[in-house]
Amino acid sequence: MKELILIGVFVAASALGYVVIRKVPSLLHTPLMSGMNALSGVTLLGALIAGAAAYLDGKTAALLVALLAAALATVNVAGGFSVTHRMLKMFQKRGTEDEK
Amino acid sequence: MSPILYYSLSAVLSALVLLGLAMQSRVPSAMRGNLVCVGVMGLAVLLTLAKEGVKTALLNPWLWLAMAAGAAVGLVWASRIRMIEMPQVVAVLNGIGGLASALVGGLELMKAGSGVFSDVTAALALVIGAVTFSGSLVAALKLARVIDGKPKAFPFHGALSALLLCGCLAGTVLAGFGLAAAALPICAVSALLFGWLFAMRVGGADMPVAISLLNSLSGVAGAIAGMAIYHVLLVAVGGIVGSSGLLLTQIMCRAMNRKLLDILLGRTVKAAPKEEQKEEPAPEESEPDSEPEPEPEPEPEEAPFALKDAKNVIIVPGYGMALSQAQGKVKELADRLKANGATVRFAIHPVAGRMPGHMNVLLAEVDVDYDDLYELDSINDDFASADAVVVVGASDVMNPAAREAEGTPIYGMPILNVDEAPHVFVCNFDLKPGYAGVENPLYRRTHGIRLLLGDAKESLQTLIDEL
Repeated sequence: MKELILIGVFVAASALGYVVIRKVPSLLHTPLMSGMNALSGVTLLGALIAGAAAYLDGKTAALLVALLAAALATVNVAGGFSVTHRMLKMFQKRGTEDEK
Repeated sequence: MSPILYYSLSAVLSALVLLGLAMQSRVPSAMRGNLVCVGVMGLAVLLTLAKEGVKTALLNPWLWLAMAAGAAVGLVWASRIRMIEMPQVVAVLNGIGGLASALVGGLELMKAGSGVFSDVTAALALVIGAVTFSGSLVAALKLARVIDGKPKAFPFHGALSALLLCGCLAGTVLAGFGLAAAALPICAVSALLFGWLFAMRVGGADMPVAISLLNSLSGVAGAIAGMAIYHVLLVAVGGIVGSSGLLLTQIMCRAMNRKLLDILLGRTVKAAPKEEQKEEPAPEESEPDSEPEPEPEPEPEEAPFALKDAKNVIIVPGYGMALSQAQGKVKELADRLKANGATVRFAIHPVAGRMPGHMNVLLAEVDVDYDDLYELDSINDDFASADAVVVVGASDVMNPAAREAEGTPIYGMPILNVDEAPHVFVCNFDLKPGYAGVENPLYRRTHGIRLLLGDAKESLQTLIDEL
């Protein structure tokens, strides 16, 4: 049952995701790709759960792997959002932003 | 936390992600859209930790430490990179995210007694994450020119890829039978090799599509990792990213008139037929993407047409503009032309640069009004009526060979009709073909073309001085 819900959620989310950016103008393709890239670091949540479980079970090796995964995912998230922000800032307010 | 509360909060956060993405697909709200996504991510982390139980996970200092370290690295890195490196950076970030998914999948796979569904999805997450990781790294290395950007096919490339895919599948099946210890290495190795083979075969004009596809894959990897650990929010967000990434990939494929399947199967590998590399009279040249090159030969007699007489000018930027950081000079030229009473428009090819929108980002950096930027379809008929076209470091996107040279990587790709313009000024670095490796016949034109070879900044300065 739980499994079916998960698959259903996946299908529904995919359908919605497919619709939502349909009208994107090409000048936003790169920032959007970068923004979605940051979102894909959401796997961080998985790393946190795996880490919490390993911590509870007292499995050091698994905890270390989970911590590595969490750190990597956070690099993805933080770097991705910040790069996206920098790009979008250039479209947003003109003349005041710092160079490059 | 009660399940109902948890599910409702997950639904709200998923809706916010959709809202954020929708906002990011329109210019005025794009920046706020990104901030919405940042907020969602923060809340999602908190929600996850809360669900796992305050006394265990929330207080585990190691998790916080790992996240702090990752955030520090990510933020510092993001603030250091230059805009021109953007495509590689997105690829690397994407690979890192993929690796994280693969690790989560691997962990979940090795956890005993979590059931068939969890084991199979864990193996799948491992596979997709690993493919994303190795594929993205190869893409980044290619874009950074650490390895040759040309498509590279090995002997039995297709058969090998198929074999590796079977390996991934077999590993997943093994996982389903509870043989995790065997499944883990089989999945990991096959997937890493497959990703590597996949990206090695993609080259030239296809690279933006490959990155976008890998981006979509990393979303799917996250979603499947979410299934393995029964985390509904992760599944939802991963699914959204996966499908919207796929849509973006398709938008790009359409712009390049290429089928996604062809790229996946590496059908675009056919090497460009090598025409004579360098004609002596040299009224030809190309995109300056190979930076270390000797000074070019002296340019031919200048066109009788002076840019200052032009009233209707179209500027075509390409990757060369990014390489020489000439966007400032481009803006200066545009301003001078405008002061001269000319209409100046920018024609942006969907895949100019190394990623769609790459040029827009660079031009926005120097305050070019985005109302002056035109997409291929909306400007292509105007080239014939323009007085002059200034090409800045672009070759493939305006290569007329795309219309007739069958079997080359760019054949069939819609191009900017620069060749229809009466006067073309080409500010490119050298005479070599562009990224796709196809000679540009436009440069052989005998009249109405002026080639300013060398650093685009200096060439543009020459044009500015003449105004």
